[in-house]
Amino acid sequence: MIRRLTLLALLLISAWTGTVQAGPAALPADSVYRTALTLRDQTGLPFTLESLRGHPLLVSMIYASCKDACPMTVEAIKRIRTAVEDRTGRAAPPVVLVSFDPVRDTVGALAMMASMHRVEAPTWRLARPEQGDVRAFAATLGVSYRMRPNGDFSHNIAIVLLDADGRIAARTGEVGAPDSGFVAQVSHAAAR
Amino acid sequence: MRACVLTLVLTLAWCGQVFADANYRQVAGGSFVSALSLDGARVPVPVAGFAMRSTPVTVAQYLAFVRAHPEWRRDRVPGMYAGGGYLASWAGPLLPGPAIDPQQPVTEVSWFAARAFCAGEAARLPTWYQWEYAAAADASRRDARGDPARQTRILQKLLERTGRAPAAVGEGSANRYGLHDMNTLVWEWVDDYAAMFVNADARDPGQGNLLKLCGGSALAFANRAAYPLMMRVAALAAMKPADVSGNLGFRCVRDTNRGETP
Repeated sequence: MIRRLTLLALLLISAWTGTVQAGPAALPADSVYRTALTLRDQTGLPFTLESLRGHPLLVSMIYASCKDACPMTVEAIKRIRTAVEDRTGRAAPPVVLVSFDPVRDTVGALAMMASMHRVEAPTWRLARPEQGDVRAFAATLGVSYRMRPNGDFSHNIAIVLLDADGRIAARTGEVGAPDSGFVAQVSHAAAR
Repeated sequence: MRACVLTLVLTLAWCGQVFADANYRQVAGGSFVSALSLDGARVPVPVAGFAMRSTPVTVAQYLAFVRAHPEWRRDRVPGMYAGGGYLASWAGPLLPGPAIDPQQPVTEVSWFAARAFCAGEAARLPTWYQWEYAAAADASRRDARGDPARQTRILQKLLERTGRAPAAVGEGSANRYGLHDMNTLVWEWVDDYAAMFVNADARDPGQGNLLKLCGGSALAFANRAAYPLMMRVAALAAMKPADVSGNLGFRCVRDTNRGETP
């Protein structure tokens, strides 16, 4: 009982202090995993940013009803991963695409987007933020967005390579032909 | 039992913060035409009612926040959330020092820090539209932007303040919502500031809209009325979210969703 109440108190504290929190001491100061964020992927599985520690990762931000830039981003990441695997003969880092439209991007909407692009968990996780400050997380990646009155978003594109501790190792905004510098960086990470 | 008491105390503290904050004033909702063509055509933008801090957050208030949230001390905060100039004018991490008036608006705070402060009082940063909408009012009118005498006064004050430490908050008269210092004291962070400079569904990353804002729009507004606003937008455009500046502060808002009062 006491334990449950303590947990409740902790929950209240975290709801109360909100947004950006310094994470556990073990995370490097410049780790984007320091932003406390709980997500749920297209299979319904919940996870925290910090649970992604341990291996390099490709991260980008999307919203499922996006007609233009987001599909291009997904296809660009596919091309980058293929280029990396051709080059290194090893598996390219897995992908987490974080939605900045949690209201409309239900687990079902994300599952549909994943199936449309023929990508599957656990290599590809399309995730909706459920708790925490997704705008602060976006800002650490260099992504900004605002909803327009028609429900679309203005946003910029960043495909980011994170190292095993969530530090930004490389970044590209190129969604046409793969950015060769970025492919080289991801290959380097994959080969280690 | 102890946990029970703790929970109760926390809940009360939280409720107190939400419901009894004399720092906030109600801004009645409505619609207005933004001076910035952020969303294409210059059409009226609906703004739901909200509550806004009557003044920018002061040094004293920010100091209290840093005491309660030591992870935001300048010697502890990760550089990712607040760059090197964060609270740099303070004499110490918990000491603004004699050169700084506690009633000054706090400046040298990053966008991350400003958001954390607002979250700490169950609030958030205003959107650009909320800020611009609230700042359009004068003592009697909801939208006084067309008044050339007012615009001249604003511009004059901005010029006078250049190169000086900001004066104490709340010295000027309030606008019709009870808000002070909206146009003249400091630039203020807004929550969606970075996204004001990206294209809709952008293929090109970065600051595609910047030229449109600072070039096209400025020309389209080739009168002095929009000039203070353009200065403000230009100041924000130069900032990354971890950056700080000596004349950039902030205030917070809370959603209330009360309807328009005529």
